[in-house]
Amino acid sequence: MLMGLFNHWIVVVLMMIGLYIMIAHGNLIKKIVGLAIFQTSVFIFYISIAKVDGGTAPVLADNFSQYSNPLPHVLILTAIVVGIATTALALSLVVRIKEAYGSIEEEEIQKQDNQIQSEQEVGGQT
Amino acid sequence: MINIVLLTLLVVVAIAIIRMKDLFAVAMLSGIYGLLSASFFVVMDAVDVAFTEAAVGAGISTLLLLVVISMTGRSENSTRHKPLLALLIVAITGGLLIYGTLDMPYFGAADAPIHSHVAPRYINDSMQEIGIPNIVTSVLASYRAFDTFGEVVVIFTAGIGVLALLSVVRRPEDSDNIASINDSMHEQHLVVRIVTKMLIPFILLFALYVQFHGDYGPGGGFQAGVIFASAIILYVMLFGLNTARKVINQTFIQLIAATGVLLYGCVGIASLLNGGNFFDYNVLANDPIAGQHLGILLIEWGVGCTVASVMLIIFFSFAARREVQQKNENQHDKNQELL
Amino acid sequence: MDIVINISSGLCLFTGSFLCISGGIGILRFPDFYTRMHAVGVTDTLGAGMILIGLMMHSTDFLVLAKLVMILLLTLLISPTTSHVLAKAALHNGLVPELTPDALDQTSLDLKKKGKTSSNP
Repeated sequence: MLMGLFNHWIVVVLMMIGLYIMIAHGNLIKKIVGLAIFQTSVFIFYISIAKVDGGTAPVLADNFSQYSNPLPHVLILTAIVVGIATTALALSLVVRIKEAYGSIEEEEIQKQDNQIQSEQEVGGQT
Repeated sequence: MINIVLLTLLVVVAIAIIRMKDLFAVAMLSGIYGLLSASFFVVMDAVDVAFTEAAVGAGISTLLLLVVISMTGRSENSTRHKPLLALLIVAITGGLLIYGTLDMPYFGAADAPIHSHVAPRYINDSMQEIGIPNIVTSVLASYRAFDTFGEVVVIFTAGIGVLALLSVVRRPEDSDNIASINDSMHEQHLVVRIVTKMLIPFILLFALYVQFHGDYGPGGGFQAGVIFASAIILYVMLFGLNTARKVINQTFIQLIAATGVLLYGCVGIASLLNGGNFFDYNVLANDPIAGQHLGILLIEWGVGCTVASVMLIIFFSFAARREVQQKNENQHDKNQELL
Repeated sequence: MDIVINISSGLCLFTGSFLCISGGIGILRFPDFYTRMHAVGVTDTLGAGMILIGLMMHSTDFLVLAKLVMILLLTLLISPTTSHVLAKAALHNGLVPELTPDALDQTSLDLKKKGKTSSNP
């Protein structure tokens, strides 16, 4: 059973590592890398389900009769490209946040936001 | 056997990414992570996916991370509190997921439910209905063309989003300043510039080969678009953004991106006008197989155009923003010295 | 004829793998950035080249042989350029190589003449 389910357990481990990086680290770029690790672990899951023992790549040739399942390959091809689109947009948001707040650490950004909010409340009262 | 080794290396690299404080090392490790997962995909017989992951995950993604790190700073602050709550949540979720995988069919089983509904129809009937050897391309471009249309629109939207966030207004006198800096550096980078000038035509030729050979082997529009964009990005990195802008105009790139999506949609509408369903290529020519070939060729061309131009738009926007930041910093330093 | 091809391709593959492993050991054990890069640059180019030659001897189809030849040529062109660019970037940013004392004086003199600062490990 270990050999049969090894791929799936490694996928769960990678998913949890990606989740941990996203929630426990404060640096925005580290969070984006954690998101990429999470996405890649899902790709690994789909592709390892698609594999058939004794099969070959799904390109038709005369001397092969058993092929791996092509449908998850198609889904993951779309997912990889959507992942890079998400990463590019997230990185451009990080650049703008750096220009606006001067830092990309979550705690410092939170502090500056709280400061601005309390100044606005004080200014609103007087 | 080899997939066990590759998966263990992936876990080791992921744990190393957690422990690193230097963001440059994290970017390099994420590139290694992408390359290892591409090797894993090859072992799992997913050659198209491995091609895309190697080009996108180990190529473009690392490059964009490095450009952003050069703008935002290189090291991460260490957290002062222990993230015990995060560890607890992760452990509970991981345990539940592993409990969920106990019911799954074993790795490689040929009688798993996933292999018995739609996939045999694709494998057995693809040659008669569509007539190209690569089943992944036939599913992507013909059976599931609508999903691929959505994907192309998503990439186009990402390009628009990056343009909206990061575009800078350029004044003509800036380009003259930066061009003069560039020419004076020519002697320093002689070896790399000569080797790059020799390599770029071959990279572009390879991109065209991958584009049109996607019917017969691994390849297709996405991989070709990314390889084409990486050749131009190489040129930009060595010769400067202004020289590259003289070669390829920003407006032209935006036009090509929109044209790619338009071409894809027009193939679908042409099928409607000829009496078939949306994206039904059988009605595009006299013979259904010829119609399928024509439809797949046109939409792969649309996908390649859009992906290449959007990657270039994203990189040009990041590079232009960085130039403006550096110019502002130099201006700031000069003002400080004058004071 | 088959035995000759098998033995020679096996020898090439074995040499290639040994060179790749020794490049990896070199990264870990060499004392300085420049020596480490030399280990990787030389052994990886030669190691990848040997493995490709070993694979070429086994290929039956002409198309596969042509693709392997092209990959070999590209590797021979790109790998040394990469090492050159890395070393140039390190020298430009002021990383001084560890040398014996009289060679170090000469190097610092050359670097100061070009106007770069030193001592950035």
